[in-house]
Amino acid sequence: MIGYILRRILMTIPVMLTVAVVVFLLLHLSPGDPAAIIAGDHATTEDIERIRVSLGFDKPLLTQFTIWMGQLLQGDLGVSVFNKVPVWELIAQRVEPTLALAGTTMTFAVLVAVPIGIIAAWKAGTWIDHVIMGIAVLAFSAPVFLIGYGLVYQFARTWRLLPVQGYTPFADDFTGFWRHLILPAITLGLVFAALLARMTRSTMLDVLNEDYIRTARAKGLAPMPVLLRHALKNASVPIVTTIGLGIALLIGGVVVTESVFAIPGIGRLTIEAVTQRDYPIIQGVILVASFVYVLINLAIDLAYAFLDPRIRY
Amino acid sequence: MIWTFIRRHPRIAIGGSLMAILVALSLLAPLIAPYDPLKLNVSQRLKPPGEVYWFGTDAYGRDVLSRTLWGGQISLVIAAAVAVLSTVVGTFIGLLAGYFRAMDAIVMRVMDGLMAIPGILLAVAMLSLSKASVQTVVIAITIPEIPRVVRLVRAVVLSLREQTFVSGAVAAGSRVPRILFRHILPNAMTPIIVQATYIAASAVLIEAYLGFLGVGTPPEVPSWGNIIAEGRNFIMLAIWSVLFPGLFLGTMVLAINILGDGVRDMLDPRIAKRI
Repeated sequence: MIGYILRRILMTIPVMLTVAVVVFLLLHLSPGDPAAIIAGDHATTEDIERIRVSLGFDKPLLTQFTIWMGQLLQGDLGVSVFNKVPVWELIAQRVEPTLALAGTTMTFAVLVAVPIGIIAAWKAGTWIDHVIMGIAVLAFSAPVFLIGYGLVYQFARTWRLLPVQGYTPFADDFTGFWRHLILPAITLGLVFAALLARMTRSTMLDVLNEDYIRTARAKGLAPMPVLLRHALKNASVPIVTTIGLGIALLIGGVVVTESVFAIPGIGRLTIEAVTQRDYPIIQGVILVASFVYVLINLAIDLAYAFLDPRIRY
Repeated sequence: MIWTFIRRHPRIAIGGSLMAILVALSLLAPLIAPYDPLKLNVSQRLKPPGEVYWFGTDAYGRDVLSRTLWGGQISLVIAAAVAVLSTVVGTFIGLLAGYFRAMDAIVMRVMDGLMAIPGILLAVAMLSLSKASVQTVVIAITIPEIPRVVRLVRAVVLSLREQTFVSGAVAAGSRVPRILFRHILPNAMTPIIVQATYIAASAVLIEAYLGFLGVGTPPEVPSWGNIIAEGRNFIMLAIWSVLFPGLFLGTMVLAINILGDGVRDMLDPRIAKRI
């Protein structure tokens, strides 16, 4: 058990190292002079030179990488080129809206998708299954902004039930916080729920084909206990694992949704950084997002090592 | 003959014909588009859909219908290029990782690392560093997709390499390239093809998202993504400039996804029976 936990934790080190190397190399392998790219189109030679020295681009690549990694390991993500504020602070300022949106979306999607996926698997091949899966394909093929603008048009512009866009901090106004979150969370939640419902259905189908399910049915158990106690219990490990892997997609969706609803979160921070060519911020966001993703998946795997006695790698 | 095929594989028929219509409309854009997609016409700006402009005009007086048809060309080229590139590169790496144990651990950790980076963020970062063009967009969408193909191919190779026909080929003295490409690859084609269609669908979507976020193809190259990106600034005045390209885009993604499901069911009847 302890061996497994240690090995699983050690496995995250090469993964995070790869992320760091990719993020570092992106800037240096891209065609052109990184200092000139960051300086922008209207920069003078002196501007470029100043940026080159201040970001350490004049040193050899390996030296740059060791210095950068050393700072990173101490939790230093660097400083914004544009306004000289530490990247950590900028991310911390913007993290609340993103966490609120991602958390609400995830909760909504799981509550909708898991029961629906189970029903579809249980009724596999019937019209109920076809209708549910048809809607799911429709929902995850729809562009996030189309759903978003559609909902805004109906609920915010026509019926005037909810605000069109923006964000209210949780501490400022409790109802305002939720009123601003409902449309973005449903927008992204619909897409994400459709994906999860498909995954849930196929995992449940695998389990429903097992011998012990046939045995349970054959001995006359009612469908509900078979479904919930025998099937869902065994399907829950792969279902939660796929939800964990889906978080990378969720983060991508959050970036787009924040843009649709003008929510001042991490996604908007990234896009603002792109327009200002503030590369340290982009690096910082990618590193933090990937780190969170890796940690959540590590936590899920470790939790199952405790809960499921069959897991011993 | 055809009718039996449609009855047996309705998804391929529905998805395939939807896709064929949209591809045809895009390819025929030079012939059927009523106006020049780039021609500015300030006196006709923000006209709602009507008899002259079926889909209305945008903030610069450009015809939304013509732009949507021409934009389809760019979006479809990007989707096809991403699907082919990521599948070819991913398959190659996956074959090597699956077959050579020594490479496996290293390659797969690198792939895990690439997969840990949210695809859209990685693409945005790459595009923020390069001049916007169709090629850079293709590369930026392709790289995050590669690890998914590698994982899939590697898993298939791992199970195939233990099969007797592979050990037979090894015993007969076949060289490694021959084993990989003549014996293993043909048996791995089914999941690869299915995966490629899903990648094409997601590439159409991601191209649009990148355009929407303002890092997609340059303005003089109209794709569904940047038509929507330009239209969103005027969305409260002219919802049609986002709605119509958005509907084309959504229908295209839907068509490819349905087609992908259909192909999966046709090529792998074992799954089809259950699904």
